[in-house]
Amino acid sequence: MRKLLLLLTVLTVGLVFVARLFYLQVYTSESYNLFEDNAIRKVYDYPKRGYVYDRNGKLLVANQPSYDVMFIPREVKPLDTTEFCKLLNITKERFIETYKKAYRYSPRLPSVFLSHLSKEDYAVLQEKMRKFEGFYIQKRSLRAYQTTIGANVLGDIGEVNRTIIKNRPYYKMGDLIGKQGVELSYEEILRGVKGIKFIQKDRFNKDIGPYKNGSYDTLPQPGKDIKITIDSELQEYGELLMTNKRGGIIAIEPSSGEILTMVTGPSYNPNLLVGRNRSKNYTKLHYDTIAKPLFDRSLLAQYAPGSPFKVINALIGLQEEVVTTEEKFSCRMGYYYGGRKLTGCHHHKSPVNMNSGIAQSCNAYFVNVYRRIVDKYNDAEKGMNIWSKHAKSFGLGNFLNNDLSVGRPGRIPDGDYYNKAYGKNRWGSTYIVSNAIGQGEVEATPIQLANMAAAIGNRGFYYTPHIIKSIEGETIDPNFTTPKYTTIDKKHFDPIIDGMFDVYNDGTASTLRIPGIEICGKTGTAENFVKIDSVKTQLTDHSIFVAFAPKDNPKIAIAVFVENGYWGSRFAGRMASLMIEKYLKGHITRTDMENWILTHSLENEYAKPYSGAPFKINGETTLQVVDNVKRKSKTL
Amino acid sequence: MLRENQRRFKFDWLAIILFLLLVGFGWVNILSASHIGEIDSYFDMSQPYGKQAVFILLAFLLIAVVLSIEAKFYERFSSIIYLLAVLALVGLFLFGKNVNGATSWYAFGGITIQPSEFAKFATSLAVAKYISDMQTDIKTLKDQLRTLLIIIIPAALILLQNDAGSTIVYGAFFFVFYREGLQQLYLIALVAIILISVLTLKFGLLICGILLLLITIGVNLLLRKKRPPIYMSILVLALSIGFAFGVQFFYQSILKPHQQDRISIWLRLEKDPAKLEQMKKTILYNLHESEKAISSGRFTGKGFLEGTRTTGKFVPEQHTDYIFSTVGEEWGFLGSSLVVILFVLLIVRILFLAEAQKSQFSRVYGYCVASILFVHFMINVGMVMGLIPTVGIPLPFFSYGGSGLWGFTILLFIFIKLDSNKINEW
Repeated sequence: MRKLLLLLTVLTVGLVFVARLFYLQVYTSESYNLFEDNAIRKVYDYPKRGYVYDRNGKLLVANQPSYDVMFIPREVKPLDTTEFCKLLNITKERFIETYKKAYRYSPRLPSVFLSHLSKEDYAVLQEKMRKFEGFYIQKRSLRAYQTTIGANVLGDIGEVNRTIIKNRPYYKMGDLIGKQGVELSYEEILRGVKGIKFIQKDRFNKDIGPYKNGSYDTLPQPGKDIKITIDSELQEYGELLMTNKRGGIIAIEPSSGEILTMVTGPSYNPNLLVGRNRSKNYTKLHYDTIAKPLFDRSLLAQYAPGSPFKVINALIGLQEEVVTTEEKFSCRMGYYYGGRKLTGCHHHKSPVNMNSGIAQSCNAYFVNVYRRIVDKYNDAEKGMNIWSKHAKSFGLGNFLNNDLSVGRPGRIPDGDYYNKAYGKNRWGSTYIVSNAIGQGEVEATPIQLANMAAAIGNRGFYYTPHIIKSIEGETIDPNFTTPKYTTIDKKHFDPIIDGMFDVYNDGTASTLRIPGIEICGKTGTAENFVKIDSVKTQLTDHSIFVAFAPKDNPKIAIAVFVENGYWGSRFAGRMASLMIEKYLKGHITRTDMENWILTHSLENEYAKPYSGAPFKINGETTLQVVDNVKRKSKTL
Repeated sequence: MLRENQRRFKFDWLAIILFLLLVGFGWVNILSASHIGEIDSYFDMSQPYGKQAVFILLAFLLIAVVLSIEAKFYERFSSIIYLLAVLALVGLFLFGKNVNGATSWYAFGGITIQPSEFAKFATSLAVAKYISDMQTDIKTLKDQLRTLLIIIIPAALILLQNDAGSTIVYGAFFFVFYREGLQQLYLIALVAIILISVLTLKFGLLICGILLLLITIGVNLLLRKKRPPIYMSILVLALSIGFAFGVQFFYQSILKPHQQDRISIWLRLEKDPAKLEQMKKTILYNLHESEKAISSGRFTGKGFLEGTRTTGKFVPEQHTDYIFSTVGEEWGFLGSSLVVILFVLLIVRILFLAEAQKSQFSRVYGYCVASILFVHFMINVGMVMGLIPTVGIPLPFFSYGGSGLWGFTILLFIFIKLDSNKINEW
């Protein structure tokens, strides 16, 4: 027995040790990750972010250097905070708050202490950096906008947040990522791939050399330059016209689907979202819930399209052979059914055929056509489904599936939609006649309307509207270069286009004629109801205009939407005509029209619902006249 | 018989191979733990790994000397060797060099020698000599006190030089005495002392007292037939409770704060997370870093010279007392288990050989060797893995240091020499 004591003790201790090793190294050990090893410093080498050019090769977005103060909370040693705060021009409270917040995030990982130092601050700080252990300066590249326009198109970059870091491991604390516009939709192309160096540290946090002789290190791959489809001159002109108004303009090249202009009003100078004041400015823009400068109305303003939608009904009517171009319908200031007026109309000659129906925008004419489409099979559900299929083939009622960072699907109802609303077989064409004139359940965004105009101008097909023109060394998504055909035969388009042409010749837009350019267009006026203190209130109608030009082989298709602009040709029509002239001629001959737009403001109109006082709308209002808006650029 | 005597290589090759493996693998890890940047030469005398390489070569010289001396020499001269060792320890008070608060080194030019590392084999020889004496009977109190004195003299000298870790190693001799016939009572008392100490510190006096009372009643009930007289039970209980008070007093009033902290961490007495976090940066730092390094090695380790925490020197004293954490990080569970197994094999082999000795001197000495190696191994590896309070003693054959390596080499090879001579007549 005595012999066994030591032997057994030795064996027991041996077993306990192996068990302990198993516990430490196998049971509790987390999987090894080089990125989380605090013995290895990760130094990132950020590549140049790709430049953005407009369609004519004009540089829109470039880069500028910026310096961030980074720190690793656990490695911060007691320091002269007063001096440090003074150098960085911050308060001690902010210092403590930033420190604590970063510590909570992770004591071991680097956090941004202060971003976007100016070159001067950097120069001063760099000399004294050695005194502040745990802090270091990281150089990175910021955007430098070469223009003051197109904030909604170009977008901006900002620091990644925790959610992004969690979901996309490429991004580390303090990295920049595209937040809106092309910066967001082409993030991976513009950003390139950052390089990384792994450096072995010792316990005093000193670098002692590359980890494994740098075999894990990677070189940065520079971001690629892109050319976008925007014509910056036209964009600038559109933004000028939009001054003091709210709304959106989309212009598309019908033969390619390239977006020439994407204006939203009000907008902001993209340079506001660069550098140290970014978050302050962003907050200001973000919380402006009245003007909503960050809300891209050209892509997101989903409203009833109003009269421009009538041409779709005319096309469907022809395709379904329920109407001919010559058949006339009478209009007695509206459409009557069973002695009840279903839809009103304005004063014009009656009866009208298709051409005049479009040119005069006769509501009664289109209600007749629409009812025939829906009732063709004596089955409203079937009729609606067929109507819906045709309308959707114009890119309406669904996301366009393009390369813009935001969008709305719009709405084209079908039979099922009304079955849900009224119950199966409990509704008929008379229930839904508003769709005939682009009101009711139909909704679309300006970009969808512009695309619709392009499809009509092309006589039956469109290219998905897109913003990318070319990528350095790459081809663009083939989806954008493949035509999408509508369900309407080509032959049906010409009479409709003639009707739209007559809108300019002797119709609702006859005052907007541009000498020497054959424009086909369609005015629209959409009623506008909002809730003010939960009371449904009518405000001045929205002004809508959809057009393309020239009539044959159109070069531009455009949709303009102006909130509270009252009627189609009043604001939207003028702006569309000017845009078309600007694009096709390069200069403006209708300076009277331009002057009118630049001297009339809708700001008073927008302020009304917030004034708390009773107010008048539509015809009972007078327009606000302002000084001619100063031109933003000498080139104009 | 004669033919076997004439065989040239009669040493125990298994033990020698285990020794070589441990020394070799130890050096590999010292290289990892101490290299800075590129390695120019493995014998670079400005670096610990280069020095250790030289120490190892010199150790082979020592082995040759130890093995060439006649076996009987060690028994005959054990008293003199012991006296020399004690003198060397005493001399430290006059000529010693103070390193890290301990006056344990002689400095000759650039070389430092730590006599306490050599005192271990000297004491072992003396203990073996005294116990194996015909007239010694370890069961008698007189001889127990005398052998204790042999141990206490070097141990006390070392403690006075402020090297408490090395003093604890002398507790290893308990295993030797027990093997040689020390009464069972001592073992029971020792176990009781450890249990009562731990219980008192962990759960406090009250709970410990109640437990002791319950145990006493339980033992009395179990031993119905051979029940000891009731006054004995009461006496033992009173002694135990008295001892518990003593432990409490010793812990609170005699131990230094850093020693208190080590024990409180070991027994997980500190519950305040803020204070624990603070401790992780101060007194727990070594242990914390060492556990992290070991754990980061996972099953197969990061590979030779690939340990990021080792390369970054995150664990202080890594090439000396904390060398096992390098094994853990770079060689993983496989490598570190292997080291544990090698040590267990070596110690068990020595025990096996010791039991096979004809002469009592050789057997006792063998037991001393096994016990000392075991205590070193248990305390060092246990400490590095956080199983035992921090005690600064090296891992035999593994840790950097000439004196340590030579001390253990001599300790082991004297026994190998004695073993090789076991069939000779004395």
